[in-house]
Amino acid sequence: MLQTAQRQSKTKKPAPPHERFLEAFRWMLLTRTLEEKLVSLYRGGLISGGVYIGKGQEAVSAACGLFLQKGDIFAPLIRDQAGRSAFGEPLLDVTRTYLGSRQGPMRGRDGNIHRGRPQDNQLAMVSHLGAMISVTVGALMAKRFKGEKDFIGLACIGEGGMQTGAFHEGMNIAAVEQVPLVIVATNNHYAYSTPNDREFACHDLVDRAVGYGFEGYSVDGTDLGACLEVIGGAVKRARAGRPPQLVVASVLRLSGHGEHDDASYVTEEIKREPFARDCLKVAEQTIVDLNLVDAKTLTEWRKEAAAKVDEAIATAQKEAPPDGNKEDWCAVSNRDLVDSPE
Amino acid sequence: MSITYLEAIREAQAKLLRDDERVFIYGQDVGGTFGGAFKATKGLAKEFPGRVLNTPISEDAMVGTAIGAAIEGMRPIVEMQFADFSSIALNQILNNAGTHYWRTNVPVPITVRLPSGGTKGSGPFHSQSMESIYAHYPGLIVMTPATVEDAYTMLIEAVAIDDPVVYCEHKYLYYHLKADKLPTEGVPTGRARVAREGRDLTIVSYSAMVHEALAVAEQLAGEGFEIEVVDLRSVKPLDTNTVLASVARTGRLLCVGESFPWGGVTAEVTARVAAEGFHLLDAAPQRLNAKDTPIPYHPHLWSAHRPNAKEIARKARALLRE
Repeated sequence: MLQTAQRQSKTKKPAPPHERFLEAFRWMLLTRTLEEKLVSLYRGGLISGGVYIGKGQEAVSAACGLFLQKGDIFAPLIRDQAGRSAFGEPLLDVTRTYLGSRQGPMRGRDGNIHRGRPQDNQLAMVSHLGAMISVTVGALMAKRFKGEKDFIGLACIGEGGMQTGAFHEGMNIAAVEQVPLVIVATNNHYAYSTPNDREFACHDLVDRAVGYGFEGYSVDGTDLGACLEVIGGAVKRARAGRPPQLVVASVLRLSGHGEHDDASYVTEEIKREPFARDCLKVAEQTIVDLNLVDAKTLTEWRKEAAAKVDEAIATAQKEAPPDGNKEDWCAVSNRDLVDSPE
Repeated sequence: MSITYLEAIREAQAKLLRDDERVFIYGQDVGGTFGGAFKATKGLAKEFPGRVLNTPISEDAMVGTAIGAAIEGMRPIVEMQFADFSSIALNQILNNAGTHYWRTNVPVPITVRLPSGGTKGSGPFHSQSMESIYAHYPGLIVMTPATVEDAYTMLIEAVAIDDPVVYCEHKYLYYHLKADKLPTEGVPTGRARVAREGRDLTIVSYSAMVHEALAVAEQLAGEGFEIEVVDLRSVKPLDTNTVLASVARTGRLLCVGESFPWGGVTAEVTARVAAEGFHLLDAAPQRLNAKDTPIPYHPHLWSAHRPNAKEIARKARALLRE
């Protein structure tokens, strides 16, 4: 599996397969470290709102972020910290947003996983699932209108979001417009608490690809090497001008929907399924088995990740929160067009 | 030469496509040789190849696509085939376009054209006026042009504005309303217009109802009353100052709108005048809207459902007697 992982990137030097695997692993490790810390802060009452983590989905997500280049459009969703980081989101964006620093990209106006930097091609998701698919299509059309070359878009979704009307409209319009788009759908087997059998009734979600005019691929989302191969392949095909690509990854969500949720509805039976493996542990075992790096290096990487996370949290914690008295309370950019009812 | 309200909308789009390469038009049946259900884009696809694009019947995705393109620097115009169908795109307009600047500091310069309001025989799903819904949500500019001149200049301005604009064009005015020529300059958005001066009563209105109000003013002039008619032009932002200045002259307010009666533009105007101009009023402010039922199909029912000149005149006379 590993040796077939895709090479790419004109801006970066192509990485040999093992290096790509290790790079992805480090993003996964950083994400797991960060999110575990965010969970502790949440439990300690230091985060308002919710915390939504991607435990069990880091391999899929890291692969998404890793194959994107500068100029590509990324539309991450709720469980895509690994992809966001691999795409270039600074850790400070995460900690500032969760901890409510006014220096964060959302300045306290929006929280947790809704953050984004649209000016840097990382779109800011809304909670209404499926809505970002067509937004990604539009961004790609704009690039085509402007005569840009060699760009793709990648939008993430879950099997829950795949059941919305917006998702259907977005997939269809993507194919009609023939934009270079990759949709990575992670089936984590629960939409909040609702299992697959109350979400959809088709045999396999990837079968929908052909119905939309997409090319479809399935992948074991617990296997990092497979994720790199399949998602990398889809990205490469989109970049080469093939029709839009759908990748459906199978995993089990290894957390609650958010940290307020104890996920007591997840059955013991499903936890024994092959897709219930922890992708981070599986990847680490591969590293050990193939002796890609030694134990000491792995320990160093862990320490490095922890240090980066601690620093980002400490910085954000020192920063001032937003102030209602200093807000301009203005939802339009044109100050001449502000309506002042009071 | 004379030009209709509909032709003004077409001409504005032709000018926008000509002058600004960031502009493209996206909507059902707007392209090809068809030129839209009402012909507002007639001939534009041929004149501007690749920039006037037919879409699937996917209102959510049409607006979502426009949002993405706008974030990436384009100036899309989305044509809804009927304002009514924009309900399918509410999520994209309200929750995505309307929140985007506030959340991310990146504005979303889309223009969504809504062929609005009733015409005879169109029934409950091809007659709605949606301006009150869009005005209720933050982050949107809502235009309601009542004249050929405004239809032209406000659409050009809508595309120039960095924020999302909901442009409500009235279908009843498409063919009925004519002007001699198109203006080169318009009144800026956010400023209302005194369409007729008077001193006994202010009728505040917008879109097609402005013309009903003007007809009533003419009729009541024969009875010795001088009615002032204010055309809001945009319902968000709402030019409260011009309304208050008019009420200061007349002491009486009647606000007329074509949308449903619960809440909405007329309620907002009335509330603002009551709160800020209570001392200016000689009588309780009044409002008149369509009835609180779906919009009927049959012309007899339809013409009784929306405010008409007869009903406005009845309400105005009652208010003048107070």
